[in-house]
Amino acid sequence: MPLLEVTDLRTSFHTRNGVYRAVDGVSFTLAKGETLGLVGESGSGKSVTCYSLMGLVPQPPGRIESGTAMFDGTDLLHCSPAQARTIRGKRIAMIFQDPMTSLNPYLRIADQLIEPLLIHEKISRSEALARGLAMLEAVGINDAAQRLQAYPHEFSGGMRQRVMIAMALITRPEILIADEPTTALDVTVQAQILELIKKLQQEFQMAVIFVTHDLGVVSGLCDRVQVMYAGRIVETADTRTLFRAPRHPYTQALQRSIPSLQPKGRDLYTIPGLPPDLSEFNPGCAFASRCAAVTDRCHPTAPDLLAVSPTQATACLRVQAHEI
Amino acid sequence: MSSPILQLNDVQTHFPVESGFLFRHQTGTVKAVDGITLSVQRGEVLGLVGESGCGKSTLARTIMQLVPTTAGTVLLEGRNLTAASAAELLVARRDLQMIFQDPFASLNPRLTVYATLAEPLLVHRVVPPEQVRARVVALAEKVGLSSQVLEKYPHEFSGGQRQRIAIARALALEPKVIIADEPVSALDVSIQAQILNLLAQLCREMNLTLIFIAHDLSVVKHISDRIAVMYLGKIVELGPATDVIERPRHPYTQALVSAIPQLDPDLQRSKPRLVLAGDPPSPLQPPTGCAFHPRCPHVQAECRTTNPLLQVAGPQRNVACLRLNEI
Repeated sequence: MPLLEVTDLRTSFHTRNGVYRAVDGVSFTLAKGETLGLVGESGSGKSVTCYSLMGLVPQPPGRIESGTAMFDGTDLLHCSPAQARTIRGKRIAMIFQDPMTSLNPYLRIADQLIEPLLIHEKISRSEALARGLAMLEAVGINDAAQRLQAYPHEFSGGMRQRVMIAMALITRPEILIADEPTTALDVTVQAQILELIKKLQQEFQMAVIFVTHDLGVVSGLCDRVQVMYAGRIVETADTRTLFRAPRHPYTQALQRSIPSLQPKGRDLYTIPGLPPDLSEFNPGCAFASRCAAVTDRCHPTAPDLLAVSPTQATACLRVQAHEI
Repeated sequence: MSSPILQLNDVQTHFPVESGFLFRHQTGTVKAVDGITLSVQRGEVLGLVGESGCGKSTLARTIMQLVPTTAGTVLLEGRNLTAASAAELLVARRDLQMIFQDPFASLNPRLTVYATLAEPLLVHRVVPPEQVRARVVALAEKVGLSSQVLEKYPHEFSGGQRQRIAIARALALEPKVIIADEPVSALDVSIQAQILNLLAQLCREMNLTLIFIAHDLSVVKHISDRIAVMYLGKIVELGPATDVIERPRHPYTQALVSAIPQLDPDLQRSKPRLVLAGDPPSPLQPPTGCAFHPRCPHVQAECRTTNPLLQVAGPQRNVACLRLNEI
């Protein structure tokens, strides 16, 4: 049985300018201890998917239109706030992109770090502090005892992200949702944080949903990857298959437009056009207008995500018909 | 070799750090750019890489004379910009233009695309007023914007299109040198490729000299002829682009290259990664000796006291490391 099973999640934002279907029918499962990459460009719905699971979508203007997310017998999307509180921040934790703004600048690191423990566990402050100290050491912060008394502004970006990770993992969650945790960091620091997440994941045996726009980050970290486009999952496969033999035209195009793979001096491959406007209803495949392999069939009906091999599923009519 | 179009001689840009409320006094100096000597040839694309805070943007602003230079000279075709008057600078900037990182902040939200592109033409009186319109239309087409969008405002465009407008604005005066400060960092991969192609194509067509600043090494490698790697205000390695990326000599460049995530999952997992310990140092309290020594895997006693100079390490190759020949 999967640890988390999301079925037909639809989240939209009702604004004055219309309804934006940010997440438009997303289904996936996450196994225990698995690392799942969620890849896509801005606006593809990868962050909103995670926010929906964590109950962080502001409502209004956001609205979860349909779907279920089963975690250990509880539907995260429809459970009572009291039930949600026993799971969120304890059994499922999240870290965010910007370590500069996601810590409270007025609180000492110690107070923020042990807050989840004090809320979720019957534990004294001194015990909580001891565990906080151990956690801070586990994420590689030197002089942890002294740093506990520091304020966030005294830390660098990479150190703050380490504190965020310590805070998320202090309750030993079963799932860690990491929303672009290294995007705001320098490459050398990014490498450190990725190594840290990998190490802690093995130590704690937790599942990770890793959201990123950077395919390179995914390739070293994840067991399985899901590619999102315009609110839908267009392809999912184990990491090696996704990079070696992508089937969906969007995944292929995305990989081809990355500079490191291309010969120097020649023009980079580009995907023509722009991502679709999510406020306009589109019955067909969202990628059709930019797709090199488009046919007449692609416009009227949206393809479902169907298995094309035991480890790979693709939402493309032509791939499913074995035409490309 | 012909004379370089842009020549920097020991350029330093320092910022005072002040504290105190009633009695403000200087308590320190940030040496954002600390002694950079560099020459750029006509038609060359020079990539400038480094982590945040290494001074690459300050160097760009120093070349543009947007910040006062503390010491050293910036020569554009032999003209010394650091000693130029405001009037002389205005003339020099016709040849020297800049593209900024954030196309959401660098365009005036109250000006239409037309007004944005016409402004430099009018300020510098490049063409008679009746020809401005035709020039603006030609500029827009050059960067792939249709003339129908000229009456729109920046908020009506996506990030990639805005960056096209910013590029068109930089090209309006037909400059000889363009400095692009992280022009694709704020863009998605597929859009990034479009803008990189556009920049490369414009450089070829107009024989532009481009200084391309980025933190993404694979992007820089793709577009540049030569790469300069900066660390804490200094250039630590300089050389032909492919050479620097494929055979990095300075330990810092080696770590940077090793930190590039590989797309191939097998390669990524098998290759030994050189993960640096620690953060980039604070420019307020730079380390003694070689600025990289606290993070360097090859550090020796000598590195802590002696500041390495940029030395010749091969054809067109310069590296600032004391242990260059040992590692």
